[in-house]
Amino acid sequence: MAQRDITQHRFTGGKPNLRRFHQARWDEPVIFELSRTGQRAILVPEVEDEIRERVGDVLATLPPSMRRKEPPRLPELAQPQVLRHYVRLSQENLGTDLNVDVGQGTCTMKYSPKVNDQLARSPKLADVHPLQDEETVQGILEIMFRFEQILKEISGMDQFSLQPGAGSAGIYANVSIVRAYHASRGEADQRDEIITTIFSHPSDAACAKTAGFKVITLYPDDDGYPDLDALKAAVSERTAGLFITNPEDTGIFNPKIEEFVRIVHEAGGLCAYDQANANGILGITRAGEAGFDLCQFNLHKTFSSPHGCGGPAVGPIGVRQELARFLPVPVVEFDGVKYRLNYDRPDSIGKIRPFYGVAPVVLRAYAWVMSLGAEGLREVSEIAVLNNNYLLKKMLEIPGVSAPYAQGKRRIEQVRYSWEELAQETGVHSEEIGLRAADFGVHYWTSHHPYVVPEPCTLEPTESYSQDELDEYAAILAHVAEEARTGPESVKAAPHNSTIHTIDPAPFDDPSQWAITWRAYRRKVRQWDKND
Amino acid sequence: MGDHVAGLPEESTPVGQKRLGLIVNPVAGIGGRVGLKGSDGTEIQQKARELGAVPEALNRAIQALERVRPVDDLQIITYPGEMGEDAARAGGFVPTIIGSIRRGETTAEDTRNAAQDMQRLGVDLVLFAGGDGTARDIADEYVRYSAIGEGSDVADGYIRRIRLVLGIPAGVKIHSAVFGTNPRSAGDLALLALQGRASGVREAEVMDIDEEAFRQGIVAARLYGYLNIPFQRRLVQGLKAASGPGDSAAMEAIAWDVVDGMDDETLYIIGPGTTTRAIASRLGVPKTLLGVDVVQQGRLVAADTNESQLLALLEERLAKVVVTPIGGQGYIFGRGNQQISPRVIRKVGKEHVIVVSTAAKIQALGGRPLLVDTGDREVDRMLSGYIRVVTGHREQAVYRVSC
Amino acid sequence: MSQKRPIVYPYIPNSVPAVKQQMLQEVGAESTEEFYEDVPQKLRFKGHLNLPPPLLSEYALKRHVEGILARNRTCGEYLSFLGAGCWHHHVPAICDEVNQRGEFLTAYAGEPYDDHGRFQALFEYASMMGELLNMDVVSVPTYDGFQAAATSIRMAARITGRRQVLISRTISADKLSKMQDYGKPEIEIRMIGYEHETGQLDLEALKAEISAEIPRYARNDRQSETAAVYFENPSYLGFVETHGDEIASIAHEHGALCVVGVDPISLGILTPPVEYGADIVCGDIQPLGMHMQFGGGQAGFIATRDEEKYVMEYPSRLFGIAPTRVPGEYGFGDVAYERTSFALREEGKEWVGTAAALWGITAGVYLATMGPQGMVEIGEGIMARSRYAMLEMGRLKGVQAPVFQSPHFKEFVVNFDGTGKTVAEVNRALLARGVFGGKDLTNEFPELGHSALYCVTEVHTQDDMDRLVRALREVVE
Repeated sequence: MAQRDITQHRFTGGKPNLRRFHQARWDEPVIFELSRTGQRAILVPEVEDEIRERVGDVLATLPPSMRRKEPPRLPELAQPQVLRHYVRLSQENLGTDLNVDVGQGTCTMKYSPKVNDQLARSPKLADVHPLQDEETVQGILEIMFRFEQILKEISGMDQFSLQPGAGSAGIYANVSIVRAYHASRGEADQRDEIITTIFSHPSDAACAKTAGFKVITLYPDDDGYPDLDALKAAVSERTAGLFITNPEDTGIFNPKIEEFVRIVHEAGGLCAYDQANANGILGITRAGEAGFDLCQFNLHKTFSSPHGCGGPAVGPIGVRQELARFLPVPVVEFDGVKYRLNYDRPDSIGKIRPFYGVAPVVLRAYAWVMSLGAEGLREVSEIAVLNNNYLLKKMLEIPGVSAPYAQGKRRIEQVRYSWEELAQETGVHSEEIGLRAADFGVHYWTSHHPYVVPEPCTLEPTESYSQDELDEYAAILAHVAEEARTGPESVKAAPHNSTIHTIDPAPFDDPSQWAITWRAYRRKVRQWDKND
Repeated sequence: MGDHVAGLPEESTPVGQKRLGLIVNPVAGIGGRVGLKGSDGTEIQQKARELGAVPEALNRAIQALERVRPVDDLQIITYPGEMGEDAARAGGFVPTIIGSIRRGETTAEDTRNAAQDMQRLGVDLVLFAGGDGTARDIADEYVRYSAIGEGSDVADGYIRRIRLVLGIPAGVKIHSAVFGTNPRSAGDLALLALQGRASGVREAEVMDIDEEAFRQGIVAARLYGYLNIPFQRRLVQGLKAASGPGDSAAMEAIAWDVVDGMDDETLYIIGPGTTTRAIASRLGVPKTLLGVDVVQQGRLVAADTNESQLLALLEERLAKVVVTPIGGQGYIFGRGNQQISPRVIRKVGKEHVIVVSTAAKIQALGGRPLLVDTGDREVDRMLSGYIRVVTGHREQAVYRVSC
Repeated sequence: MSQKRPIVYPYIPNSVPAVKQQMLQEVGAESTEEFYEDVPQKLRFKGHLNLPPPLLSEYALKRHVEGILARNRTCGEYLSFLGAGCWHHHVPAICDEVNQRGEFLTAYAGEPYDDHGRFQALFEYASMMGELLNMDVVSVPTYDGFQAAATSIRMAARITGRRQVLISRTISADKLSKMQDYGKPEIEIRMIGYEHETGQLDLEALKAEISAEIPRYARNDRQSETAAVYFENPSYLGFVETHGDEIASIAHEHGALCVVGVDPISLGILTPPVEYGADIVCGDIQPLGMHMQFGGGQAGFIATRDEEKYVMEYPSRLFGIAPTRVPGEYGFGDVAYERTSFALREEGKEWVGTAAALWGITAGVYLATMGPQGMVEIGEGIMARSRYAMLEMGRLKGVQAPVFQSPHFKEFVVNFDGTGKTVAEVNRALLARGVFGGKDLTNEFPELGHSALYCVTEVHTQDDMDRLVRALREVVE
């Protein structure tokens, strides 16, 4: 065979062709189906003979009712088979390491540097018990303390806790602090309302409600900004606080944010800044100057810790000095020589999780900031915002796409688009477009439920993707939009190149059919078989 | 209350063949394009045709039917000619024709006959192209109940008697909530319903607009009744947050909230609507589906009241009004609850008006404000601005009201 | 002013000045300043943040961080007998191998189509936990065992419509603090005492408390009766509660639910709580394949029977299996996504968010690796070793081990009153000998005097335990 210029068929008119992607499809059984009686994947350490002689039959010390009758019916595999199974499953995902993951808006799917993973897995952290004498954990305490100082500087707040286990846990902790604050002033009963906006993260409302507050939601004005007049109508002597995300999930920064804070303060409430969407404003604007009393970040978003399929994560919370006494215990302190954990905080809201938080996530975040510095963080935000506006331009070139609200204005770090025009024209919905895009190796997220923006799609490029990658992403969506016009069947029947095909959702809502575990499934399937 | 109806009503669960009843109102919306309001009456129809009007309903129906093609083994049952046969054939179907009409001279009576025939034959869904008037005509056949004494107890039987209906919008300005947002989405929803894949069934308001008054620039709308329509919640998508309760759960939550806030000294004037009905249900009190009831201390004081009855009751008593948006346009006063007149509202006071609505209904407004049209400009202005809407248990929205 | 060459950052591809310029041109912007037009000048941060100078090279960064971490001492370098919520178990290499794969590590919230692997891995985790627990519904991991316990009692409150929860006194003070904070303002917690000698929950005290009359509230018709009885098995203090069945019946007789916190690694040999009457079971899966990580390996689970009234109360997502349009192909998705029930006076079904999914996948790998035999052997082995440690330590003068005359799993309380030394003194001396002694319980359980909580697992050899005893002998005798 003659050698050829392979690359020439990778471009058309100077632009790269779309990938002929196919996701890994192993048709892998559920692990229970791989079981063969007697197989072992690991052997456990044996108890020494002398110990056996000494203690006798330990299980006999248990009353019969407490002794398990039969071993648990776990699958029995050998080690290579376990590994093979899970490696196959791992291939059937699209993570930041694999795809142009700009489609998961509000998740900030940026690059998680591998060196930070390596550092986080060091035995010097992995094999450390949280209750070890403080002398022996000065290293990790130092990392935590230093990172707290970094967050203070980034936010303009006075003290932080790294304890909450993710953004929502952080929001809840802040709600707890707001409650404790008003209780300390004898106003707990009076102040039972928390205000939020419809475009803030749903946890702002959900956490407030869980804590027993009444939740007042503001809808946006015609331009998509939180409605100041609505806020004025919402505040009263019952207002405990305002929990607001800014920029909101639409990517729009609220220029009147300071006034929002002022109005709530005047009514006697506190203001909490949900900074899940901080990636576009690092070094640009801070919670402190805007007057906020509390804030919370997401280390697995803005600060590059990997998402892990949904955790582990950290949602640190920051407060003004006046509220510091309510922070969860312990706090990390430094006396110039030693780091210590201080539990002597009588007004603290207590513990919100065991120990001190997820140290490896904090470590990664610390390392990430240290690799960038102030200028680097600024660059992160500026490029994230540039990437977003670049993608915005490309998206708006696709007929049928719009970016509702703030027409003609720039966005910060993400945009919530609408496929409404295309849907009207072709009958193809946003979810279907997303699934067809998966045939080219990308995915996207529509929006929180329920949809306020019709046929939504929320894209957040972050700073991690190259111009070529952004071009690729836009080209894929443009192509799918074109297909929706010319041959919608392929779009509606998508995905074709994913790991699996269209799922039949009927079992999910029917108690007689749903199966959350394999055992439930087998039990219910046997019922159906009987009925046939 | 609180019946979670998943999928289609029992009698119409498809076994084998799916049957779609199609009713096209050939004159629906005929007046619109040529600037005439409404299309009731052969006189208006004549006038419209003279002005060169082309009936829109046919095209709208075809657009919707195109979306329904993927249904396996589908039988379309319809009336002859312009009342459905033409649309079905143009859509590529071979329909089963029933009934008879006088071509070019169809009336509301024909619509009612068609609806009745389909009920007798038993179809899985009645898909109709028309406007408020058509919806009202169909409602005549499908809603049989008496106003007084109906409440949540009858809900079961009520649901069983109601057929599953869905409207393809082809009217001027539609106030009823039984329609898809446009012909294509109506078709999409019909497809899902026929395939048994719709999320569930929802009650939607049928509004009766007085077209004569409408032509004179007055909108006089009354709540005519409710029809069951299929609905579809959006399929699960890359979720990071729970979706919250379904419709009936949301209404229950709202009911709890309102009932928790009730005190013994206050009279509660409860307007029509499915959400307000949930409140009556929570109290264990029957609710006039289309009318205004009054309760106090958890007991019914007066049912299906008119303005003067309300004013009499209000003498010397503290009262609150509980209303919910009626119809597809988001009116909280003036469309279906005119018994709560400007005088009543003034007496009660704006601060004692409680608006209830599920968040889904608020969102369906797509950013448009809630509307008031009491007939009194001053009262309208008083109600305008921002209002708190109870959207759940200890959940409210602050939303704009316009007149 | 010197013109510094702009830095090109490895993690920021478009920070190459030429690329940045070109992109700016394409969007018609002079500079990135234009994108911030909505941010009022007044709120613009002036200058640069006062952060430490950057470590731009990967080598410098690594050296810096490793330098700080070097100040830590690990449980590999010291001999540790610490437990109390975070435990030192062997982590099979295969667990680390799977959870460091970028495909799992960097995935997040894709669809069941393009993230099928993640859904299947989590379904399998829930399924294996289901076998361990003998229950049909298991949640996706929540933050940690504290959250699982706190959510479990709120679920019980929602299901029963009641507000009061009775909790065994032998619970971690930290966990109690979390449950109290999370339960505000709805849940009222009352403590039930324990038998002095055995540590077992005092059944008489339970009976007395659970039938106590509490005044009804003014306007609602719901009494403040008991929603749930919560205890742990093994207890936080290490012993096995042997009367679980009686506790459950007392609870059920009064219409309350029985909620039990378990250590999943004990379930190879201990009876799953559902078999003695538990309605909701919760716990922390850290022992199943997670390194201790200074407390960063925690993840919680909640399990119930497969009944609608329970399923509807989970705040977390529940993944179910379903067919696809291709025969024989598996798909997964959210079960009961729209929680259609609004159970009585619920105050919101909490929230859903990122928690600890990767640990759930890891626990699945662990359980698949251990298999039935492995779980039996490890449980039995742990019990044997801890028994040995108790016997040997009990022989020391002035030391009582265990304090409670009950069977124990991997932890036990040791009392040092007879030695005249405080636990702090003992632990300091042990530290000097390269040993981490058990957690000091003196402040948490003052009635136990100078006591500590020791933990022995499969990682401890006979030599390890003999070394502990030798060290203790030096310290106390």
